[in-house]
Amino acid sequence: MTATPTFPDLKPMPGLPMPGLPMSGLVLDGLTLSLAGRAILRLSLRVEPGEIVSVMGPSGSGKSSMLAAICGTLDPAFQMAGEIRLDGRRIDVEPPELRRTGILFQDDLLFPHLSVGGNLAFGLAATVRGRKARRSCVEEALSAADLEGFADRDPATLSGGQRARVSLLRVLLSHPRAVLLDEPFSKLDMALRSRFRAFVFHELRSRALPALLATHDHEDAKAAGGKVIELESPGAI
Amino acid sequence: MIFRLGPPLLLAVLLFPILAGLTATVLPAFGYWPALGGTTFTLDPWRALLALPSLPRSIGVSVFVGFITTLVSLGAVMLLMAAFMGTRVFGLIRRLLSPLLSVPYVAVAFGLAFVIAPSGLIFRLLSAWAPGLERPLDLLIINDPFGLSLAGGLVLKEIPFLFLVALAALPEVDAVRAFGSARTLGYRRVAAFAKVVMPRLYPQLRLPVLAVLAYSLSVVDAALVLGPNTPPTLAVAVLRLAEDPDLELHFEASAAAILQLAVVLWAIGVWLVLERLADLIWGRWIVGGGRFFFEAAARVVAPLLAVAIAALVALALISLMVWSVAATWRFPAISPQAFTLDTWRHELSVAWPIILRTLLLGAAVAAFAVIITILCLENETRRGVPPASVFNVIYIPLLVPQIAFLAGAASLLIALDLDGNSFGIGLVHLVFVLPYVFMSLSAPWRAHDPRFRVTALLLGASPWRALWAVRLPMLTRAILIAGALGFAISVSQYLATLLVGAGRFETVTTESVSLAAGADRRVIGVFALLQAMLPFLGFAMALILPALLFRHRRGLRET
Repeated sequence: MTATPTFPDLKPMPGLPMPGLPMSGLVLDGLTLSLAGRAILRLSLRVEPGEIVSVMGPSGSGKSSMLAAICGTLDPAFQMAGEIRLDGRRIDVEPPELRRTGILFQDDLLFPHLSVGGNLAFGLAATVRGRKARRSCVEEALSAADLEGFADRDPATLSGGQRARVSLLRVLLSHPRAVLLDEPFSKLDMALRSRFRAFVFHELRSRALPALLATHDHEDAKAAGGKVIELESPGAI
Repeated sequence: MIFRLGPPLLLAVLLFPILAGLTATVLPAFGYWPALGGTTFTLDPWRALLALPSLPRSIGVSVFVGFITTLVSLGAVMLLMAAFMGTRVFGLIRRLLSPLLSVPYVAVAFGLAFVIAPSGLIFRLLSAWAPGLERPLDLLIINDPFGLSLAGGLVLKEIPFLFLVALAALPEVDAVRAFGSARTLGYRRVAAFAKVVMPRLYPQLRLPVLAVLAYSLSVVDAALVLGPNTPPTLAVAVLRLAEDPDLELHFEASAAAILQLAVVLWAIGVWLVLERLADLIWGRWIVGGGRFFFEAAARVVAPLLAVAIAALVALALISLMVWSVAATWRFPAISPQAFTLDTWRHELSVAWPIILRTLLLGAAVAAFAVIITILCLENETRRGVPPASVFNVIYIPLLVPQIAFLAGAASLLIALDLDGNSFGIGLVHLVFVLPYVFMSLSAPWRAHDPRFRVTALLLGASPWRALWAVRLPMLTRAILIAGALGFAISVSQYLATLLVGAGRFETVTTESVSLAAGADRRVIGVFALLQAMLPFLGFAMALILPALLFRHRRGLRET
């Protein structure tokens, strides 16, 4: 740890939209996070629809805080400045549940008190009305992910790979406009890891969703194929 | 936002009755209580109180019971931990002690009395070998003048309490690793525990230990069963004055209640000074390099202690059960001459409204305490703030002697014509129930992975939905256990029910205690068991209900 924090001070990207202009994708405009008055992260960035931008850096470099700032669950100990826009809509003033940013964590975090189908229905947007319609939506999603007939299963009886897939399905069914990936592959073993990664990236690209991937694995970043942002400072965390 | 109301509500519920009650105790203690004709401040109540010849002895025996209970309980818990930490016996001790925590003091006290009395189970067993024992010896074992049997009954209850608190604190002080590394440096078990675990464990135990000191110094219900009579402990003396039909004595009773408060505060002060001294000596001893500390003695004493506690509790329960179904059981027979269910049948037919009332009151108070606790904890979650130090107020009801503010609270309610009202009784129960419910629920709540809530929110769920559809169901078991604990505390309340209920609101506990003055042992057996069974019922529900609700959800089972 160095005494003086050096934070990545990325210049605004060329082609960044003018403020206020409706633009698709996820835009971080001068996003600054500070802790007790010390800036730990300053970033401007645009993630195009279908692009997966990797954010790399050692633990404590602020990757998770940055994702938390985007989805609105930042610890109040941090101060945030700058703007976050999603599809031209300013979201940093919205509560988390209205931002439409889905997130995948290291753990699948399936709700243990609900069935697999219950978990998916929890995520499924309320705009899908009626028991039958919701049920068929859930079953369709399951069969598309090779999980046909899993709706009534207890999530605890699924394998790690199956659980990981269900947790992605749950996010996708909530119709997010951007997806944040907080090291979602780091707890999976090697074989499963690359398969699940391919599955996630394929789904995100086919839906043209902008995605931010926090990782410290270069393989992940390479597979993501988008811009790579290196956060270097351990900062003040 | 309704959750913001949580902390102020908690403060009001805990502090208002205590402060109002204390005020209504202090004023008459100095002669001022217009309802009874006291319109000027005077020291007369104190003069009358200090003129009581039995007062010094009452104070003395209270202080003795308080310190001996606290020292023995703390010492026993430390010994058990040092001797068994990391062994299989440790888990066994925990499983044996946990259920004891929910048994009310009075039930334990009656059970112990049935075991150690001159006509009790121990002497019955002895009489088989000692031919002189055809009649009960003329010994004053129960109600002994030094309060030793009272201290024994209290120790039986305080050991499980302190043990479970210490167990919960072990991970916080990283005890297992410290213990292990000390042992690799050549320290034997007890020395390692005393030198590296205890110094960090004790600060976590300080408030519970002070609560034990304050409680055992001022306990009323167990003292009515096991405590000395001539003179009684200070708290019992206060109660006798307060219950005296001569209203003139009310002023004196108030002064005595304040004296009880002063004695508790003084004892806490003394304990803190002793702590300092021990800390000084300990600090030098830790770095002295000695690798042994009564290792062999501990290896002998600790298992004996564990067995003795288990045996006493088992014998106590057995005595209560056997007495409750005995027709005749003459000394020195080891088992009754005849059995009958008549006692149960008769008592239940008379007492069922009392049981029902105890159940309803306990359930209502526990539910209310759980709701306030959830408001506070969800407020904390939503604002994303760390646990506020203001929540330390939950320890106040455990440190202030009950009689000091209950006496005043009772006279306030009488003045407001609200005495004997179940709402008022519920509010006062809440003062004692809420701290335990809060302690029980806050740990699992705060330990619950916050990412579940984040996940729910980011799937579009409102904060309300994230609460009732995700967090509450996931914490069902913890919530029900906190509720069952609250229910158990409410069921066991004696003084609060008696004083605020003006003696007219009968519960299983007030009925049991009233039997202490020489009632039929068979009836005592029935009521003490009823009193012990009600809390068990609560805990059984708290374990069975989630197991049924989530029988197809394996992921919720191991929490």
